[in-house]
Amino acid sequence: MAAVAATFDARSDTASKFEANPATRDSTWVKYLVIGVGLTYFAVFLLLPLIAVFVEAFRKGAGTYFAALVEPDALSAIRLTILAAAIAVPVNLVFGVSAAWAIAKFQFPGKNFLITLIDLPFSVSPVVAGLIYVLVFGLQGWFGPWLHEHDIKIIFAVPGIVLATIFVTFPFIARELIPLMQAQGRDEEEAAISLGASGLQTFWRVTIPNVKWALLYGVILCNARAMGEFGAVSVVSGHIRGETNTMPLHVEILYNEYQFAAAFAVASLLALLALVTLVLKTYVEWRSHRPVAGEQVS
Amino acid sequence: MSGVNKRVLPGFGLSLGFTLVYLSLIVLIPLSAVFLKTSTMSWDEFLNAVAAPRVVASYKLTFGASFLAAAINAVFGLLLAWGLTRYTFPGRKIVDALIDLPFALPTAVAGIALTAIYAKNGWIGALLEPLGIKIAFGPPGVLVALTFIGLPFVVRTVQPVLEDLETEYEEAAASLGATRWQAFQRVVFPTLFPALLTGFALAFARAVGEYGSVIFIAGNIPMVSEITPLIIITKLEQFDYKGATAVASVMLVISFVLLLVINGLQAWTARRTGRAI
Repeated sequence: MAAVAATFDARSDTASKFEANPATRDSTWVKYLVIGVGLTYFAVFLLLPLIAVFVEAFRKGAGTYFAALVEPDALSAIRLTILAAAIAVPVNLVFGVSAAWAIAKFQFPGKNFLITLIDLPFSVSPVVAGLIYVLVFGLQGWFGPWLHEHDIKIIFAVPGIVLATIFVTFPFIARELIPLMQAQGRDEEEAAISLGASGLQTFWRVTIPNVKWALLYGVILCNARAMGEFGAVSVVSGHIRGETNTMPLHVEILYNEYQFAAAFAVASLLALLALVTLVLKTYVEWRSHRPVAGEQVS
Repeated sequence: MSGVNKRVLPGFGLSLGFTLVYLSLIVLIPLSAVFLKTSTMSWDEFLNAVAAPRVVASYKLTFGASFLAAAINAVFGLLLAWGLTRYTFPGRKIVDALIDLPFALPTAVAGIALTAIYAKNGWIGALLEPLGIKIAFGPPGVLVALTFIGLPFVVRTVQPVLEDLETEYEEAAASLGATRWQAFQRVVFPTLFPALLTGFALAFARAVGEYGSVIFIAGNIPMVSEITPLIIITKLEQFDYKGATAVASVMLVISFVLLLVINGLQAWTARRTGRAI
């Protein structure tokens, strides 16, 4: 672990290390050319869209901006987005911890195949992710007629939105935990058990503290995707205003109705969420890479 | 030895059992619905759905634009990764943190923001309009959106490899009389190459399935600027469930192939650099 801490410590000033060494130092004009071209690309493709969201949101003044946010349909979209994330994130958290525990602490055949399967939702188009639940729960689908008889709505209703959200955020927490817990091995847990700790005590007092930053990292990314998902949710939502619209879907509706300022106002909330996500993510990276006395570096 | 250890820690049956059940219920069984539904179609029905001219035009656009966007990101991503790891400059940490914006920004927000910028009265669109260049509401708009969402992949796969690169190799190259460019070309680039290719493949795979950021800026003109995920949505809205599912099955098969390719590339990167990414 000390070695890991050392590399992470060195990581922060790799650039000065490279610049100080004549063998790895580039001439000044190369440096400024690379930085110039790179930053121009960065500014045009990343920074400009971000700025555009806020400029467009306030184009018609602060009054229109806040009116768009407190309008009942917008509030209901915000509530639904929070609800979907509040269900999807904890469920995927339990799954991620459980999958990582099985994969990192035990040997069994087909482990690598299982890891590939867990990553699968990342490579499926969001639209297809929505479609599969229509095929299972939709009126034409496997359980459609049965659900209809019992008056249970999943597609074009909140449960479908939650399911689609769970699908697209499925791997986030598991894939942060699995490699870390594999690298940590099981020595510490075995020591705890041999000293008389119970399985649950070992889990809460040894395993969780060892992975807490990776866990938090996964939760942050999972939450951002859960609140921002568009394609998958759009297929199963049915776009019923005030009922089955999440924030991204509400943005789409406003935009298609040419209410641009209102659309960008709601979009600016999502952009703020993205910025907060990046700040938290950077903080967690910094904390987890920084060796703290008496604390495991993960 | 490992047989003994396996018994020391509790919870194997519970955790693996829960993992498999949850994976099957949320991912595997619903995904299998696509193939089961497709298998009920006759061959002609299937071909009519997946090889119709409008659908074929959408494949060409989706894969062509995804490939181009990933290639653009490979070039500029490498440049950005190099600048962020090799040089000190003010604002470097902020730029580094913002690189991940396309991962964090909801795709619908990216879509309307890019449309606002590249429409003919937008900040960049207005500059290009006199030159006769039209970006939004056509295939170039699709390319812009896919470039945006794929930007972080190459940077984030190349960056750790560049950071870990020992200076000895370049020192050896310099002491043998190589210029900086020769050292980059013959020593650094071959080491980076697997990571660069992995980043390219990840950006490509992400772009192929992308929907939210594209539909606002594409204009969605049939045969011209319609992407394949939109074809699925359109078929669903016309209650053509079989057609939608058939096209989805084609996309799923391609996604699986890409996933295998990416796994292979990651294994190659790990072997070449001695680290997993």
